[in-house]
Amino acid sequence: MTYDSCDACLRRAFLIAHLAPRIAGLLGNGQRRGRGLLGLPENELIAAAAGRQAERALAFMDGFDVAGEHTRLVDANAVVTCLHSPRYPSLLRELPDPPAVLFAVGSAEVLELLQDEPAVTVVGTRRASPYGTEVAYALGRGLGAAGVPVISGLALGIDGTAHRGCLDGGGVPVAVVASGPDVVYPRRHRCLHERVRRKGLVLSELPPGTEPYRWSFPARNRIMAGLARVTLVVEAADPSGSLITAEFAKDLGRCVAAVPGRITSSVARGTNNLLKDGAMPVSGTGDVLDELFGVGIRRVPDTVVDTGPDDPVLKAALTATESNDSVEAVAAAIGRPIAETRAALGRLEVDGYLVRRDLGGWERRAL
Amino acid sequence: MATFALEGVRPQEVTVEVDVRQGLPTFMLVGLPDRALRESRERVRAALLNSGLEFPQKRLTVNLAPAHVRKAGPSFDLAIAVGLLAASGQVPVEQLEGYALAGELSLSGDLRPVRGALNAALGARRAGYCRLLVPEANAPEAALVEGIEVSAIPSLSRLADLLHGRWTPEPARPAEPDPAEARAEDPDLADVRGQEDAKRALEIAAAGGHNLLMVGPPGAGKTMLARRLPAILPPPSFEEALEITQVHSAAGIGNGRLATVRPFRAPHHTISAPGLVGGGSRPMPGEITLAHRGVLFLDELPEFARVAVDALREPFEEGRVEITRGQRTLDFPANAIVVAACNRCPCARPPDRCACTALELARYQRQLSGPLVDRIDLVCQVQAVAAADLVGAADESRRSSEAVRERVVAARRRQLARLAGTGALCNGDMDGRLTRRQVPLDGRLAARLLAIRDRIALSGRGHDRVLRVARTIADLEGRELVGETHVDEALSYRLDTWQRVGA
Repeated sequence: MTYDSCDACLRRAFLIAHLAPRIAGLLGNGQRRGRGLLGLPENELIAAAAGRQAERALAFMDGFDVAGEHTRLVDANAVVTCLHSPRYPSLLRELPDPPAVLFAVGSAEVLELLQDEPAVTVVGTRRASPYGTEVAYALGRGLGAAGVPVISGLALGIDGTAHRGCLDGGGVPVAVVASGPDVVYPRRHRCLHERVRRKGLVLSELPPGTEPYRWSFPARNRIMAGLARVTLVVEAADPSGSLITAEFAKDLGRCVAAVPGRITSSVARGTNNLLKDGAMPVSGTGDVLDELFGVGIRRVPDTVVDTGPDDPVLKAALTATESNDSVEAVAAAIGRPIAETRAALGRLEVDGYLVRRDLGGWERRAL
Repeated sequence: MATFALEGVRPQEVTVEVDVRQGLPTFMLVGLPDRALRESRERVRAALLNSGLEFPQKRLTVNLAPAHVRKAGPSFDLAIAVGLLAASGQVPVEQLEGYALAGELSLSGDLRPVRGALNAALGARRAGYCRLLVPEANAPEAALVEGIEVSAIPSLSRLADLLHGRWTPEPARPAEPDPAEARAEDPDLADVRGQEDAKRALEIAAAGGHNLLMVGPPGAGKTMLARRLPAILPPPSFEEALEITQVHSAAGIGNGRLATVRPFRAPHHTISAPGLVGGGSRPMPGEITLAHRGVLFLDELPEFARVAVDALREPFEEGRVEITRGQRTLDFPANAIVVAACNRCPCARPPDRCACTALELARYQRQLSGPLVDRIDLVCQVQAVAAADLVGAADESRRSSEAVRERVVAARRRQLARLAGTGALCNGDMDGRLTRRQVPLDGRLAARLLAIRDRIALSGRGHDRVLRVARTIADLEGRELVGETHVDEALSYRLDTWQRVGA
């Protein structure tokens, strides 16, 4: 059964979607975050958000066709769970303003998995550096392979990469989006949206078909923080949406973790500041698993662990790539001709020890 | 009277018919002539009179057949003049049996050289003429074609003497290759310090006829390296040299001698699509055709207009360009190795100081996608060379062009033998099906390559490219079977890691 919502909750969820443009106008005028607004009871919410349109909002509430929406949602194969359902993620109830209803597309069993397994939220900047991309992918893959659901926001950059890593690791991705769960935003991620939907869940507090609003991004960040035991920031500028997510997690008393970055990089400022403020430093999937399950209880399966190549030439070449940038320099370091060095580099890439940078050059794969 | 027009670089036989009859003196020229050709009437009139010959004061009609083909340029002057002489009975018509001619007239009656003399000679031989009369300056070039007698004609009066049997010209001698061209030795690979990786890539590109992309910061020596590619390619065979000369003759950039070095063309990145593949209302060969059997170098590839680069798709696949203008379609040969160069990222700074974001990188690389990049088999890096290396002692291991060329020639010979009868001349010419047929892998290697495809997201086409390059690397080593190290090395040169944001 994928529909599990009481009428009052459903009506409230649709009221928020109805008021979404009003909320956008309200927050556009000075008040930057809708903090608290979404937690108000209906009549106060209408009074605060609708203003002169209050009558229309009340009329919407009165004329709301519960049965019709129910049918539409069931027909659209949406997974619907309200606050009063036992399937509603219990961690999310700890939020001061939990969403009344979660609308989702994907496999309904993932909701049960979220009750049983602790999940990790991986977030970060849309303008990720190659380093951030590599780390986000590796962490997503490692966590996914270890059976930990990876929650993220399906945004460009770190979020999308974490989802991809999780998918490649055979894990369960959960995307929390700022639009309706069936609306793909950004459009560029339609393939990824499809893949996440097939293997995991795309969820939102807004009903299907709703377009995203500016305010709905920080609003969904509270859901990401609420669903996870650990919120891990890979790369973030300061200020940024990722730091808002981290703040929500901190307010909930959850663990906030961050990946250290280069101090000269603008997209590492947010994460490095988090670390200064006491966030947990993360240098690999193992750190996160230790935090979730206790030290050494759960590990990344051996299939995705880097054990290093056996061949001495390959080993030397791999070591040489860490400090040398060009093929010539690597060749000089291992004392082999170019052709053989090239072959070694090709081999290392095939075996998954190196990743190629987009236009030449190699990087050690993280993990 | 038979003469030849240029259809692209192909000779098209044109018959000049002259009718002379009583009436008001007029001179009609029909058969779709262009402006230069219409003015031919004035040149012919003056040339005849200044050569002590008579210009018939009658009603003259000259038709250029076939009448539907547009004709351009002054190379019909000679045929028109001789036609008039024959029609007015000033020279014996029967003498002209089996003759073809081409030449531009000066007002004094002297003959001026024309474009495409070599093409005309090839056309005349194919059409079965036994003798071709051309201006003196064009004779050595036209004489490169065997099986047709080429006579050098200095002036119109000399031609009249010839037809009356009062003068017999020496048979023209084929042009010797330009000694200056041979002496102006191609820049040698040994001049380039370091860059061993790029040199290796050049060697593979030359050996297999693969297209190459060089990535590196400005000033690292990408252009310098690319310029040295013609010198490590095998010297052109006689047929190839004839093709090169033919193109250059048609474009009017030849020196009237047989080309002995492969062309190297480096168009600026502001070039338009017609400039690159050929075009114009009177279609002229583009850079890709001028680089036929040689090297086309595209520096700063992302800066080229997208349409221009996309236009290269056809030449890549067919080895020729087809250009349709108005009612006709022309065909240019266009079989060149393309060497492209670009920076690693838009800011062009070294990786540790690069400030480009993933988004900017993605945008830059998107500029590089499309049919051209799909046909690039090799990508290599070119590093900025430290100043100390430039002034340091010459190192012993430097490879000279001569040594590399020997290996390339040997590898090409192996390919020719293997590919005989398939239509391909080198590994770079092989299409997907031919590649899979010609590059047998043992079961273990094939299984491994299949596993790799999943791991590094190698596309089907990328897979074929890796096989082609691996085949060439094995050829360079003189191995008949492609082995594991060949495939590994080929993999390291591949260009398909464009991480599609969002896929």
